Amino acid sequence: MQQLSQDEWDALNRECIACVAGLQASGHFLEGAPLLSTDTATTVRVRDGGPMITDGPFAETKEQLAGFYMLEARDCNEAIRLAQKIPPARYGSVEIRPVRELMEEGNRK
Amino acid sequence: MDSIQADIEAVYRRESRRVLATLLRLLNGNFDLAEEALQEAFVEAVKHWPAQGVPDNPRTWLVSVGRFKAIDQLRKRGRRDASVQRMIDTPGDQYTDWEAETDSAVGDDRLRLIFICCHPALSPEAQVALTLREACGLTTEAIAAAFLVPVSTLAQRIVRAKNKIRDAGIPYEVPGPADLPSRLAGVLQVIYLVFNEGYSASSGEALLQRELSAEALRLGRLLHELLAAPEVTGLLALMLLHDARQASRVNSEGDFVPLDEQDRSVWDQAQIQEGARLVTLALSGHPPGPFAVQAAIAALHTQAPCAAETDWAEIVGLYSLLLQLQPSPVIELNRAVAIAMGDGPSAGIDLIEHLERDGALGSYYLLPAGKADLYRRAGERDLALRAYRQALNLSSCRARMTRPPCSVRVRRCSACANWIWPPLRLRFMVQRPQREKTYEISVSGLLRRTENAAAVAGRMGCAEP
Repeated sequence: MQQLSQDEWDALNRECIACVAGLQASGHFLEGAPLLSTDTATTVRVRDGGPMITDGPFAETKEQLAGFYMLEARDCNEAIRLAQKIPPARYGSVEIRPVRELMEEGNRK
Repeated sequence: MDSIQADIEAVYRRESRRVLATLLRLLNGNFDLAEEALQEAFVEAVKHWPAQGVPDNPRTWLVSVGRFKAIDQLRKRGRRDASVQRMIDTPGDQYTDWEAETDSAVGDDRLRLIFICCHPALSPEAQVALTLREACGLTTEAIAAAFLVPVSTLAQRIVRAKNKIRDAGIPYEVPGPADLPSRLAGVLQVIYLVFNEGYSASSGEALLQRELSAEALRLGRLLHELLAAPEVTGLLALMLLHDARQASRVNSEGDFVPLDEQDRSVWDQAQIQEGARLVTLALSGHPPGPFAVQAAIAALHTQAPCAAETDWAEIVGLYSLLLQLQPSPVIELNRAVAIAMGDGPSAGIDLIEHLERDGALGSYYLLPAGKADLYRRAGERDLALRAYRQALNLSSCRARMTRPPCSVRVRRCSACANWIWPPLRLRFMVQRPQREKTYEISVSGLLRRTENAAAVAGRMGCAEP
């Protein structure tokens, strides 16, 4: 994505805005936001009871999270169909993850 | 008693996958529950059928009993989520619609089962394992033995796949028209991989691997029956035509026999005719798909009275078509070998050297192996040996052994030709990336020859560095 010109980058962002509008109109869209580049990332780990704060993204991150969409999909197949419409899927990849509910106990691992 | 036992076993073989497929639909795609219900239903059959006799419609009986057993099980577990409750509350007749359902509905269940096992959200290894376990009904032990992985590894692979189906919400359905072509391509790829795994088994002792080919053929036939798309027909034809040569591919010592030395009188003519008929059907797709074209190439090989009388010009034409459908330097290499077979080695050598200069196949050991074979035909002994060493280096440095190398017996002969084709007993398999594997069988013995040579050379290199 770094190689895109300003115009191309803007065009892609306009496509994303339109994509979100489409997903909202179809009732699938719950939440979502783009993220700034990983240059701005700060990583927090807690080890031995104390915080370890480092600049930058996780060292092991090869592909970086550029943003997220929270969509309502009937099942994995619908999620795949919706994910194909997300414009940056043409450049990087879209990972689909089911949302896990946080509970007091009996949480799914 | 013995005969009823045999009857029950026959019903199990014939119906268990159909019953499982329908139970899975009735139980919302819950594999564990459906499998347990299937087993319980057969336990009941063993209890009751000896006295009552086998019911008129054993499949209906088994689905019905299995469904009740599953509901019992859910009650016992105290599971009361909404979908379970709905199933328990709903009067039985709503869930016994399948009794009135036609064979096509049962067919749909079987398709659903195949499509869920081959879902692209599962890893390719998981797709293969799950398909063999659930759609074919092989035991975990048999699949593990066929792929020479520990039973625990394979069992875990299957458990993980089922967990992912459950957790990621992969639905139990046949894809709609928009997704069907790409999903079907995935299913065909899995069947092809299974077939290839069996086809590549070289040793007479590797009966389990041979069973894989048989299972792939059975799946291919089933899919063809349920969903006659041209590429389904093409894949079935391709498998039938390759399998028809099975008896001649390995000699009495378990060694590979190259295509031009195979005893064509033992080829299965009925199967060849069936394959050829299907090729014609498969080629009617516009444009014909890659499997159909590969099947057509295989058909030409099986129809030739001997290697020399093979219609090489037609085969070259089909490779050109395949290249248009699937541009790939590997297919160009195959085409070059076919050209050499028709027009003599030098034409092929020129093309292969051109490909070599392009560099796209830089680490592909079949390129020097193919070149070596052509040099051998041209009588260029030194150049052939050099190319074989090149192939040997490439194959041994990147080959990843998935099974312990055992009893590799290589008889060395002094003459160049025999050096290239020493009889050997192979009981190992070299795992290669899926894509390359795809082409090994696509070339109907042509590159297989050269690949064998490279494998031999590779083994010799490993054994005597």
